[in-house]
Amino acid sequence: MLAITKRHWMFGLIMISTIGGAEALAEAGMVKSVKGNVTIERERATLTAKPGSLLLVSDTIVTGDNSTVGITLEDGTLLSAGPKSSLSLNKFLFDNTTNKGALDATLKHGTLAVVSGKLSKTSQEAVIYRTPTTILGARGTEFLIETEAKDK
Amino acid sequence: MQIFLESTFRFVTLLFVISTLGACATGSDRIVLLPNKDGSPSALILKTSKGEKILDKPYAAANVAENGSIKPSEQSAESVKANYSDLLSAQPERPVSYMLYFISGTDELTPQSKVMLEPVKAELKARASPEITAIGHTDTVGKDTDNDILSRERATTMRNLLVTYGVSGEHFAVAGRGERELLVQTADGVDEPRNRRVEINVR
Repeated sequence: MLAITKRHWMFGLIMISTIGGAEALAEAGMVKSVKGNVTIERERATLTAKPGSLLLVSDTIVTGDNSTVGITLEDGTLLSAGPKSSLSLNKFLFDNTTNKGALDATLKHGTLAVVSGKLSKTSQEAVIYRTPTTILGARGTEFLIETEAKDK
Repeated sequence: MQIFLESTFRFVTLLFVISTLGACATGSDRIVLLPNKDGSPSALILKTSKGEKILDKPYAAANVAENGSIKPSEQSAESVKANYSDLLSAQPERPVSYMLYFISGTDELTPQSKVMLEPVKAELKARASPEITAIGHTDTVGKDTDNDILSRERATTMRNLLVTYGVSGEHFAVAGRGERELLVQTADGVDEPRNRRVEINVR
């Protein structure tokens, strides 16, 4: 009985994530540099990241041992991730006429360096970086986050 | 069976306590505010289940434990360099903007801006996977509708010119804003050289 309920619940979750994914295929940025092994997890596919690869909303970037990646988002935000990192772009909206929008990203584990772009000037409240324990609001800043892997 | 489960439970609890203690000692997150390259003030606001903290000085840092408690700490240019040099060297190049100016009523560059084109060309060609936008503008002389067309022509001409010079046209967008976004505010019908421009952004 319990198993059936759980399965139904899982099915519901899959449905929700599929619907969410369909409307979220928006371009957010581009991979500018890759060292070593870097992949982009998109929907259920795993793609190899190369300089010039587009980054879409809902993508997760994963770096391997001794690997790094550099990404520029459309508002000019610069992101770089160090070895053994997982970074998800939960949300990215940018209007290049008004320079307004929103950015929400999660560093599940690893290291991330951020140079804030236009969004952190025009839409301060809407620029958020997360780790499993902390929520960071950036106010026109450059900063580093390092977070340890949890049950990974 | 009951006893076995209980002792397993105790063992797991003990493991959990040990790992939590370990995390408290090292902290699960380390966050460092870096100085802005342009020297402007900046701040970072941290929120966890245990509270809030603002970092607002260069190299101010915080260690966050897995349970959410925040401990202030401090880093320096040296320690950041020692611990995060790989990460920082992976940062993409910073976006750059250029302004080019035009002769009244045309899509022809002023002599000074023609000279400026050389460094623009060099920069655009040197970048890895450049994404470029050219945004054209006019002054307030002439009709709005004509200025919309002229501003776009200026941007398109710059794009074509730079592409013939070998700049990648793959991610090179153009737009015209007419006289809607003046650099120098003027009344209608004013010949203002600084408003006749194309802004080239590369990231």
